[in-house]
Amino acid sequence: MALLETHDIYAGYGGMNILNGVKMSIEQDEIGVIVGPNGAGKSTTLKAIFGLLNISEGSITLRGDDITNNAPDALVRKGMAFVPQEHNVFVSLSVEENLEMGAFTRKDDYSYMLERVYSFFPDLKDKRRQPAGELSGGQRQMVAMGRALMVEPSLLLLDEPTAGLSPLYMNEIFERVIAVNESGVGVLMVEQNAKQALRIAHKGFVLAAGQNRYTDTGANLLADPEVAKSFLGG
Amino acid sequence: MNELIFFINFVLISGAVIGSIYAIGAIGVTLIFGILRFAHFAHADMMTMGTFIVLILTALFPAVGPAIGLPTAFVMMPVAMAATAVIAIGLDKAFYKPLRDNNVKPVVMVMASVGVTLMLQGLIRFFAGTGTQSLYIDDRKSIFSFNLSDASESIVVTEPQILLFLFTIFAVVALHIFLNRTRLGKAMRAMSDNPDLARVSGINTNTVVGVTWVIAGALACAAGTLLSLDVTLKPDLSFMILLPIFAAAIVGGVGHPYGALVGGFVVGFAETLAVFNWAILLRPLETAFGWDLPADLSFVPTEYKITIPFFILVAILVWRPTGILKGKVL
Amino acid sequence: MNQSEKNLYLFGGLALILVLVFAFMGAPFSIRLLAEAACYAILALGLTIQWGYAGLFNAGIMGFVALGGYMSVLLGFPINDDFWATDLPGQLGGVLLKAALVVAVVVGLTQLKRFGAPKKLGAWLGIVVGLLGYLWIKVSLDPVASAIESEAGFIGGLGLPVWLGWLVGGALAGAVAYFIGHICLGLRSDYLAIATLGIAEIIKAFLKNADWLTRGTLTVSPIPWPVPGPADIGFIGARAAYLSLTAVIIAALFFLLHRAYNAPWGRTMRSIRDNELSSSAMGKDVNGRRLEVFIFGSVLMGIGGAALITFNGIFDPSGFLPLNHTFLIWVMVILGGPGNNLGTLFGAVFVYVVWTMSEPVALLLLDVVRNLGDAWFGWQAPSDLDSRALQARVFVIGLIISMVLRYAPKGLIPEQVKHHT
Repeated sequence: MALLETHDIYAGYGGMNILNGVKMSIEQDEIGVIVGPNGAGKSTTLKAIFGLLNISEGSITLRGDDITNNAPDALVRKGMAFVPQEHNVFVSLSVEENLEMGAFTRKDDYSYMLERVYSFFPDLKDKRRQPAGELSGGQRQMVAMGRALMVEPSLLLLDEPTAGLSPLYMNEIFERVIAVNESGVGVLMVEQNAKQALRIAHKGFVLAAGQNRYTDTGANLLADPEVAKSFLGG
Repeated sequence: MNELIFFINFVLISGAVIGSIYAIGAIGVTLIFGILRFAHFAHADMMTMGTFIVLILTALFPAVGPAIGLPTAFVMMPVAMAATAVIAIGLDKAFYKPLRDNNVKPVVMVMASVGVTLMLQGLIRFFAGTGTQSLYIDDRKSIFSFNLSDASESIVVTEPQILLFLFTIFAVVALHIFLNRTRLGKAMRAMSDNPDLARVSGINTNTVVGVTWVIAGALACAAGTLLSLDVTLKPDLSFMILLPIFAAAIVGGVGHPYGALVGGFVVGFAETLAVFNWAILLRPLETAFGWDLPADLSFVPTEYKITIPFFILVAILVWRPTGILKGKVL
Repeated sequence: MNQSEKNLYLFGGLALILVLVFAFMGAPFSIRLLAEAACYAILALGLTIQWGYAGLFNAGIMGFVALGGYMSVLLGFPINDDFWATDLPGQLGGVLLKAALVVAVVVGLTQLKRFGAPKKLGAWLGIVVGLLGYLWIKVSLDPVASAIESEAGFIGGLGLPVWLGWLVGGALAGAVAYFIGHICLGLRSDYLAIATLGIAEIIKAFLKNADWLTRGTLTVSPIPWPVPGPADIGFIGARAAYLSLTAVIIAALFFLLHRAYNAPWGRTMRSIRDNELSSSAMGKDVNGRRLEVFIFGSVLMGIGGAALITFNGIFDPSGFLPLNHTFLIWVMVILGGPGNNLGTLFGAVFVYVVWTMSEPVALLLLDVVRNLGDAWFGWQAPSDLDSRALQARVFVIGLIISMVLRYAPKGLIPEQVKHHT
């Protein structure tokens, strides 16, 4: 059974639909990447999945359970985690406190998870006592991902994790995403850097005007001349 | 020497007393500002309400205090703090939460808190009248005086003042530990820092809001009670005490509990320094230099004390609107 | 039921209430009630501009009312010969000159940076000199003030037409609004509320304690009216004349506000209120527009306050209460319809009538309770029950604010939003 499926979802702000039937499916061991032009509804899709936006039609299932319009904290308890694009760390809290906040819903001893996050992002271990606001953009992104991993999610949603980062950091973030995925976490992410992202994607979804335009494996999409021409800048 | 003792009594001790009261009140205001993002105008009447609960308990069990050796009202304070906390949560559920759920602008929340403050005012004065009351019913206020060798006047501290200082230290330490060592405390700081991310992280924002009201309500009750123990319980204090508390919160940096502490003392000492008659301190120099000092050399008469927090507020808004400790973080 | 039908019912109901009041309480009382309601309507229009048009929270209407009221006294009250015949005016003038000197020096010091002095130095010197100069003025004023109090009572008025006092009161209120608005309008909206609350308490404290200026708690009366008083043409005639005057002011305001609301200025205002970010992105001077609106509303409050205090005929600084002179007006505006002039007028008259009539009704009810309690249970009511009963009205005002915000946030007669396509 698929980890996450969206069945033709419609959603938007104030009566205006931005999503007009988005259809996706991710398996537990996959990385899914959503690409597409500005305004295609990429981030909106993630927000709709994570219950930050009301879905007017269609449904979403997590391992077959209906989770349409569930509240974010309920979704966190069901094993989903979300990293927003901007303002994704608590700037006045230390790195470690940020991670602890990610584990807010956990009642058990999660200290082993701290160690696992530090092993994913060794940079953070030295800076665990520093306020997250003092870190560089790339390190903040790692804090944000680490925070999301604290609940040991089965599905991680990432909204443009490489936005505004230098190419060096971009590759590092992509590597971490692969590592996280290989540890057994399904990943669904939105990316502007479409070519690089599709390279690591098991599945790619090309959105335009709130609908799937192409849905295929990452490699096939990269190889498709039409996709390349219209969406990947030739 | 007597001049110095006057200064100690009327500036240092008075300033520390009123500063502690403002600080305890301002911590509540600043927490509400940080978490709920509006200026809570009902805070002063919440203080008065808490104090009335203490008064009722004291009248019901007047013998408890003498048995322990503390003022009865102080012994009853923790119970009243709990009751005020519960009422604060109730007020939130009844009047603020519905507006929050409608996503109204912060300024509408401010207006709602004015509505709440008027309701509290009306209820308190309807049931208790507008006259001043004493929290000492069956017990007497102990006064400690310290004589310095070559002075005829003595330094005077009263029992409620000492209790106030002890409580302030206790409250600040407890709050510090809560905010930095506990899960809920950290969640409070997180929500004050970034409410959207707090929600996305799965932090139960309703719980955090509830905890905020518990702390703010309990501290409001304590501030009102300790103030009334020191002087008397005046049911119509309301806006007169609200302004210095707001000034303290803004001076310290909104959303910043330690800032509120600092701000409380800044405003408290500024008030006592401003109403202190400086002619008293300068009098020895007067004879030495042959000056002719006026009898009253205070900056403002006591009737205009309210101007001090206002001008501090104006000054901070002009020069450093974020406050001393850079506001908007817990 | 559409809005205009609803309006018809609302105003019809209001007319019915007024007819009942006329029938039961008689014409002199009812005209007094209406004249006071009209003064409140001017205040409410001032608030509807600030809150309804621009979303500015003014928690200090009381201060502007007090300023307007005092200016009516200062300009309109007859000249006090006990004061002017002595050398006290000269001494007071001397104090004012000293004050002017201090202000000039402080302003000069803050401009030191123009001559190459470090900016901090000028500021600190300004603060130190300002404080010392302030002490100097205070020390010089104190004996003059007590001399005025003992020899002449207070400085009295200037004997000018009282309507001039209304205008000056409005202007002064505007000046205070400029001062406050200039500081607070760029900041969070809550700060304006706190600052206006503070300035209102300060104005009240000043007017109450500056006995040499205002006679303080001894009160000043009678303030002359701009229309013939009851002594000339009787209660009904004089009050009716006063009512007509305020009605003319309201009509003029209606005309002006209607024009302004639909003019580009009004549209800009509303766009700022509804979406500050996009308005400033379109290059609108958000804070400048807000300052204008805040000053304009406060001027109206000064004039309305002057009209109200003049009508009462007595200037009593302790009579200024946040409840009567700030929050009652809040209820009028949010209940009537913020941003809608007609709704505000309706709210002002309706709330004021209910407010005034609730006093005798509450006392009557309480009397019944007291008698019944005594007859049935031998209950001895507390002696201050009456004054406590009036506190119940504070509760009701608070409850109405809370309920309206929750269930009718747009008021009874909401602002008519025109959609331009």
